[in-house]
Amino acid sequence: MNDDVPATSSVRAGRVTLPQRVWRWLTFLNRGKRPEPLPIVLGRKRIFILPTGFGVGFAVILLVMLVGALNYSNNAALLLTSLLGAVAAGSMLTTFRSMDGLRLDNVRAGTARAGEPIRLDMDFAVATRPRQALHLDIAGQTLAFDIPNHHRHTLELYLPTTRRGWMPLPRLCVHSTWPFGMFRAWSWLHPNLRLLIYPYPEAGGPPPPGDTAGQHRRHRHGGDDPASLRTYRPGDPIKLIAWKASARHENLLVREFEHPASRHDRVLTWNDTASLNHESRIARLARWIDEAHAANARWTLQLPDRTLGPDASIEHYHQCLRALALLP
Amino acid sequence: MNARAATLTTASRRRDMPALGQRAFDLLCLTMAAVLALHASHLPYWLTVVLALALGLRWWQRRRNGARIPWWVRLPLTLLLPITVIATYGTIFGRLPGSALAVGLLVLKALESEQLRDARTGIAFACFALMCALLFGQSLPMTAAVILGMLPALACLRALEPGHRKPHWTREFTPVLKTLALATPLALAAFLFLPRLSSPLWGASLNADAARTGISGRMSPGDFTQLLIDDSPAFRVTFDGQVPPPAQRYFRGPVLWWFDGRSWTIAGKLTRIRHALPETMAYTDPVYHYSVSMEPSHQHWVFALDTPLSAPDGTRLTAEHTLVRRKPIDKLLHYQVRSTTRHILAPELSPQERNLGLELPAGFDPQARDLAQSWRKTYGDNDAAIAQAALQMFHDDGFRYTLTPPPLGHDSIDDFLFNTRAGFCEHYASAFTFLMRAAGIPARVVTGYQGGYWNASAHYLLVRQSDAHAWSEVWLKGRGWTRFDPTAAVRPDRVSLGAIAADGGSAPWGQRGWLKALRNHWDVVNHWWNQAVIGFDALRQQGMLTSFGITHGNTMTLMLALAASLILLMALAAAFTLVPRRQGDRLEGAMALLRQRLARAGVARRPSEGPTHFFARAARILPHERKRLKALGDAWVALRYAQTTPAPEAIRAFARAVRDFRPRRVVK
Repeated sequence: MNDDVPATSSVRAGRVTLPQRVWRWLTFLNRGKRPEPLPIVLGRKRIFILPTGFGVGFAVILLVMLVGALNYSNNAALLLTSLLGAVAAGSMLTTFRSMDGLRLDNVRAGTARAGEPIRLDMDFAVATRPRQALHLDIAGQTLAFDIPNHHRHTLELYLPTTRRGWMPLPRLCVHSTWPFGMFRAWSWLHPNLRLLIYPYPEAGGPPPPGDTAGQHRRHRHGGDDPASLRTYRPGDPIKLIAWKASARHENLLVREFEHPASRHDRVLTWNDTASLNHESRIARLARWIDEAHAANARWTLQLPDRTLGPDASIEHYHQCLRALALLP
Repeated sequence: MNARAATLTTASRRRDMPALGQRAFDLLCLTMAAVLALHASHLPYWLTVVLALALGLRWWQRRRNGARIPWWVRLPLTLLLPITVIATYGTIFGRLPGSALAVGLLVLKALESEQLRDARTGIAFACFALMCALLFGQSLPMTAAVILGMLPALACLRALEPGHRKPHWTREFTPVLKTLALATPLALAAFLFLPRLSSPLWGASLNADAARTGISGRMSPGDFTQLLIDDSPAFRVTFDGQVPPPAQRYFRGPVLWWFDGRSWTIAGKLTRIRHALPETMAYTDPVYHYSVSMEPSHQHWVFALDTPLSAPDGTRLTAEHTLVRRKPIDKLLHYQVRSTTRHILAPELSPQERNLGLELPAGFDPQARDLAQSWRKTYGDNDAAIAQAALQMFHDDGFRYTLTPPPLGHDSIDDFLFNTRAGFCEHYASAFTFLMRAAGIPARVVTGYQGGYWNASAHYLLVRQSDAHAWSEVWLKGRGWTRFDPTAAVRPDRVSLGAIAADGGSAPWGQRGWLKALRNHWDVVNHWWNQAVIGFDALRQQGMLTSFGITHGNTMTLMLALAASLILLMALAAAFTLVPRRQGDRLEGAMALLRQRLARAGVARRPSEGPTHFFARAARILPHERKRLKALGDAWVALRYAQTTPAPEAIRAFARAVRDFRPRRVVK
């Protein structure tokens, strides 16, 4: 359970010494701070619970009521106070139960370029009763959610990003004060996930060198008869939409060329950006990749350590951006 | 951009406290209204009306436009409230002003409640105000009403939780009721074992309730009218062993010696009670043993059957063998007494007592005096015959028993005896005693209760305020003070049936037939409530411990019992909460078992594997089980994915198939 404690020392000592116990306990408290693989199930070893400010205030009121009832030997009032106290004490268990067994199954990340918020889909699930009024704290935001009868809830949220490359998923805190707000139960979750942040492309600049054909090609596109029309798929460049043809159909139609720009492979080379500093070179390459992808062109990305492509697929696009993102 | 905006709003929502939702506010107002209603009985009616109006307007206003109430409205109201309370009651301390202030503050809190924090404070304070309502009466209906008042309070706390789904408003209370039911064992344990204080921490004798009067040390004809139609219980008597016959059920209270022409009072303003020793008494069997639980009367008188033999703890035997308590009875009082009904009270009469028993005010009622003198002449020394003659007169000469007698003039006894001839026990006792004294026989008026309702199912005697009665005691040589009940001569029903029944046609509707039976049953409940809950004091707690074999229990024992029971119950609840049980539905359970068995046979499901692939792989690895695995896989896919709610029989069949499926590990 506590991998941090060197097993050999306790074996040699024959029994666990007090400092070891304390250390184990501390690591146990810290449990949420070590990244761990999904799915993470909340259980009694990792749910903490303490009264809230309101809970303490309510306890003080109950105490006043208790002393009053005893002083006036008013048994009905004492009964009422006992009942309220029992309800409050029971609500502690309800608060715990609202967290117990909660499972974080999966975290799916969208794509984002550095500086843009990245979308996360978190799949929370429970095997048993529905849950209400749960909260998730992540990176300074609090989101309320509940898990109704169908045992599953996907929480959508956006995390701010700063720089390209791997971003470790920050520690999450799931907490709840359900049902009466007298106790707050919380649990730290630290999935060992990292999010890939693509580099942010520069705003504008020169086209890739040697891409003189680009203009021509775009020119010629207008003249060419499209080889065929197909229905629009997300990601198709707007320029290729056959508006007139689409007007006569239910769906948007896109012009398709038999050999789309095969003769006009773009070559995007690390060395072509030599005049810039490191990050700006990456930003420029990112812009070129975006433009090439938008133009539905085939491109080759040549980086110092490898070459990607030529290809025009969406997978290629993501591979290229990933390679850029992970550049040192 | 959109996403960024969403991030910002959630972040900013955390900083301010969340605003109060409509449902939570409705429930908050409902809680306040419940508190107001429970306090309405003792608040001045205009204050109740004003507060109810303020609360209703606020509710309507927030529903309507949701604007804040500006400070220039709230501040004057906040200042006005304590001023009003002081103007009404003269102080803000004490039960009545305190509760008025508390309820007023609650309504003011509703005026300013805009945020979650306000509502929570309001609810916590409302709980306190609910308890305060119980200081004015802890009857069963009242307690039940206060506990009902907790429902909207707790429902409001639930509705305050962010992310609370809004069910139909009636559904808000069901979970709260469930919570209350689950909390009951813990609450009962706390109630049973919380050590009661033997004396209050601060001076807490509640102000006597001026409205309710039992029998007092004063009687003038007509005084009992209110009492005789008051059906609230005076006390309840449980007999150990023998029960006295109905005609003997006289419970003696204050004995009145002094007549001023209009009313009878205790002699010499209590001097006799304070200083005289109890009159000597000789008695024979039967002796009745019984215990009494007496409702608060805010008087000093303690009632016992006919003549008590000794005084229970905290009370004193007066000269006339009645019981009196130093402190007024402001809460339910339990005591045990032994009494006799066959006795000779005061065989010898001292000269002072004789004088006291003969004294009459000068200048009143000449006709009655003449009548008494004429009897004296007729019967000579035979005092008993004179008394009999008086009873005979009441019986024969057209006297009427009524609870609504005509008013009497200056010579009240003459007016009654020779003119109106209508009245009830007070009139008869008063006139009879007067006649005896006028004839030279020492006599006194005794007030108390007579009769009562014998509750056959619960075996106790319920004596109501309406059983209040007055009769005479006449001192006869050789027999001592002897009871004469002139009312019984007029209307024997009074003794056998009770005042209202004897009154005949003018019975209120509540007295008839089945309704009366219902009321008597209801009284059993009240009796139980008084015995088991209200009267559960330090002494009863000791008794409870004794039944567990702890004879010398003290506060420490109780604390230990309290701690032990609370820990036990909480541990039970915690065990229920913490011990993991089989998760998921039956279908998932069966599948988990199947997965476990297959894993033992060497086919562990991979995280990336869907069910179809998993079963196919299992069939490849365990070829001898191929058919059954195929059937199980098909069944699983059909049950889990082909329908939203599979038939329970199909699930059972699947679970059975899984139980019977025991794959062997393939040795390669």
